[in-house]
Amino acid sequence: MQNKFLKLRINGRFRRLKALMVKEFYQIIRDPSSILISVVLPLVLLFIYGFGISLDANHVKIGLVLEDTSPDAQSFAKSLTDSRYFDVTVVKDRRELDKDFLRGAIRGIVVIPSYFSAFRQRQDNVAPIQVIGDGSEPNTANFVQNYLQLTWQNWLQQERISSKLSGIPLINAQPRFWYNEELKSHNFLVPGSLAIIMTLIGTLLTALVISREWERGTMEAVMSTPVTIVELLFAKLLSYYILAMASMLMCVTFTVLLYQVPLRGSWWVLTLVSSIFLFPALGTGLLISTTSKSQIIAAQISIVSAFLPAFILSGFLFEISSMPLPIQILTYIIPARYFVSCLQTLFLVGTVWGLLWSNMLAMIALGIVVFMVTAHYTVKRLD
Amino acid sequence: MKEFLVNINNVSKQFEKEARAALQGITASIPKGEIVGLAGPDGSGKTTLIRLIAGLLLPTQGTITIGDYDTIKNASFVHHLIGYMPQKFGLYEDLTVLQNLNLYADLRGVTGEEKSQVFNKLLFFTGLQPFIDRLAKALSGGMKQKLGLACALLKKPALLLLDEPSVGVDPLSRRELWKMVHELLEEGISVVWSTAYLDEAEKCDTVLLLNDGKLLYNGSPSTLCKNVQGRVFKITDISRNRRNLLTQVLNQDNVMDGIIQGHDVRVVLKESSTLSIEKFLSEFDPKAKLVADSPRFEDAFIDILGGGPGGFSALAESLPKIEAKQDVIIEAKGLTKRFGSFTAADDITLSIRPGEIFGLLGPNGAGKTTTFKMMCGLLKPTHGSASVNGVDLQKAPGEARGHIGYMAQKFSLYDTLSLLQNLEFFAGIYNLTGKQKKKAIDQMIDIFNFKSYVNDTAHILPLGFKQRLALSCAVMHHPAVLFLDEPTSGVDPITRREFWNHINGLVRRGVTIMVTTHFMDEAENCDRIALVYRSKIIRTGTPDSLKEAAKTLDNPTPTLEDAFIQIIQQYDMTNAK
Repeated sequence: MQNKFLKLRINGRFRRLKALMVKEFYQIIRDPSSILISVVLPLVLLFIYGFGISLDANHVKIGLVLEDTSPDAQSFAKSLTDSRYFDVTVVKDRRELDKDFLRGAIRGIVVIPSYFSAFRQRQDNVAPIQVIGDGSEPNTANFVQNYLQLTWQNWLQQERISSKLSGIPLINAQPRFWYNEELKSHNFLVPGSLAIIMTLIGTLLTALVISREWERGTMEAVMSTPVTIVELLFAKLLSYYILAMASMLMCVTFTVLLYQVPLRGSWWVLTLVSSIFLFPALGTGLLISTTSKSQIIAAQISIVSAFLPAFILSGFLFEISSMPLPIQILTYIIPARYFVSCLQTLFLVGTVWGLLWSNMLAMIALGIVVFMVTAHYTVKRLD
Repeated sequence: MKEFLVNINNVSKQFEKEARAALQGITASIPKGEIVGLAGPDGSGKTTLIRLIAGLLLPTQGTITIGDYDTIKNASFVHHLIGYMPQKFGLYEDLTVLQNLNLYADLRGVTGEEKSQVFNKLLFFTGLQPFIDRLAKALSGGMKQKLGLACALLKKPALLLLDEPSVGVDPLSRRELWKMVHELLEEGISVVWSTAYLDEAEKCDTVLLLNDGKLLYNGSPSTLCKNVQGRVFKITDISRNRRNLLTQVLNQDNVMDGIIQGHDVRVVLKESSTLSIEKFLSEFDPKAKLVADSPRFEDAFIDILGGGPGGFSALAESLPKIEAKQDVIIEAKGLTKRFGSFTAADDITLSIRPGEIFGLLGPNGAGKTTTFKMMCGLLKPTHGSASVNGVDLQKAPGEARGHIGYMAQKFSLYDTLSLLQNLEFFAGIYNLTGKQKKKAIDQMIDIFNFKSYVNDTAHILPLGFKQRLALSCAVMHHPAVLFLDEPTSGVDPITRREFWNHINGLVRRGVTIMVTTHFMDEAENCDRIALVYRSKIIRTGTPDSLKEAAKTLDNPTPTLEDAFIQIIQQYDMTNAK
């Protein structure tokens, strides 16, 4: 009798796997929430990162208080109004700007004081201007400060050239940017957002669909059949691996065709890297669903433990090197960190194995850890 | 000598984070080819035991074997031997009937020629043939139940485990399922059927009666019923108020238990001597007659538990008498509720007199709760109007709700608040303040013996106390009308008796009660019943008149369930034309 059972177990393995995957396929196409998470949400995210968010500062609104009307001051004012970084409102008195600044209608104030040209004529040639930034928005305040400095320096150089005070400078810096030549932020935001999308499907959706089976009592029914726990979970993972890769393909196509982000690396390596990322991502989804058996808790845990870290700590939106050290150390256990780095390399630089392999190894290592923990907690039982 | 398939050997189960063991030292056997009823109230451990037998839970202590196999060590073999239908039927809602069958057939290794034969047989057996392409979520409760059963039967199991298969299903489907399961017994399959309905357990070959994680009884139901043989009587031809009579009867020394049954009162005595009760009746209501009645399983259950709670209701004693001001206190005119294209309640018209117990009886999903929620102003009707105490619920919902006490399904309490905090909260929302509030709360604590539980959070309270707390939260502000939504579903019979004592007491004080139920026994307590079926009220009448109308030559003493089934069948026939 036991031998008969053993034989049944081995012979039926592929049939059972196939049956479970066919079931999963029908559930995906008939359940609006799966379609929402795997198709609609990625497109919305891509749209937001492609068009909505831009980290480039163009046309920052500032106010210019022109207390001095000398040609010198006029000329500097002109270099500001001509700059594509700024939209300038010119006034004579600072008080006219106070209200706009308070409302946030303008992001900074530049004051050219009445003694500007007088100071310029002096021996030491140092004339002050005042720059007021909005400290409640440090990022924008920084932009204002940096871009203003740049404009100021440019203007000085021009002044020197035109007045031939010091002749042509010995060193002339001509900045050029590699890999993202036009410094378009969506060229690195959009590839980075693919990591978020994969986390959504790999972790959130997987955790949701497994906990749904617990909630609806189907897990119980299936567990009472001869199916093994390995088959049960493998069918789930394989189905959602395929779904995630299909969604990835859709998103990459959009990225390349619609947003004109260059894909300089190879498609094959991109597929490989994405598959490797799904290893820890799906594992996390599985782990979450074994510890929480209700959909709402699974959703909350996956958002807090996978989605938000992928968003904030992966280096996709915020530079890791500018984070405090403890947080930097924390990012090493976020799989998305390695994936974002690989994606940016593959899209903007090319297939540079030197940059890819360490990231890939890190993702595999994290995947192994997650799966070992999951295997420890998963039994074909309800408690 | 019986041959046993399953041996349960001193099994206990203690879940982590729970104070009380779910099961304690259960030893029992399940014979081959018999149907074993696993009976007991909610939380008594039925589902835990079934899951343990299915090898889905690890026992804290003890072993279970099916045939030669241990359910834990040989779980993979055991899963070839059993068919299991969990409480929610275990169906994939997004799959069609056929896809569900295909999935479970593949998982259970039913293939090729065998598969098509089994499918034909099961689809015929369950009557699901015309619906094979329908999504499981679009099936009615009864059809889901049959599909769940079919999925569990694909590979003929040695043991079929059914966890509360009759919950949420109309009585007609329940009967069909019962018939189907009996055909299986003839094929030599052993069946475990868990249920909270004792009338269902009574029909099984063997009953395992669980209460509070302990096995109270293991044996044939008729043997247990013999314990109360000769002690069960019916008091008929009552000329005085039967609720009053019941209360008085329950206070007699020799009376163990009693319930209202239509116009009659059913009593179980402690000893078979009828002298004292006859003496009482001759004084209280000389016209009433005492007639011997056949014992039921529930009588025996109460007997094991040590008898009912008597007839006293401290709650009713503490409430002021409400004088009836008008002839009709609750009125509904053409109440209709649509959710999208689905009509959940269709043209409901009712009028209820003060001091009446009015029941809405019907299967789950028939529209009882929707009707109910419209009548107490929780849901806005699509058409029609409802009024309580002469106040329109649409026009002055706040004022109307002040006259209403509402006890929601599953005792909607705040699980994380303590018992006292729950009382304080509900006193607050019913506008009780200061001394009045304190007095009302103290009174409830006193009446319901809450003293030792006041600081316990609601979710760790025993089921009976949850129910009491829910009732006290609903009556604290002395409402004229009390709405009870499935008030005693799943609680043990003693707690149910106690609950109805309070309700009967409240009615004597002039409170009007509207109650929904799918328990036939509970419906017998009502003065009038409206049968709700497919979103409509299809019949209204007293329990006795409904039974009377269902009398046939074959069945001269129909139960309320028989009456219900007959009315449904008639309704379906006239509407099919």
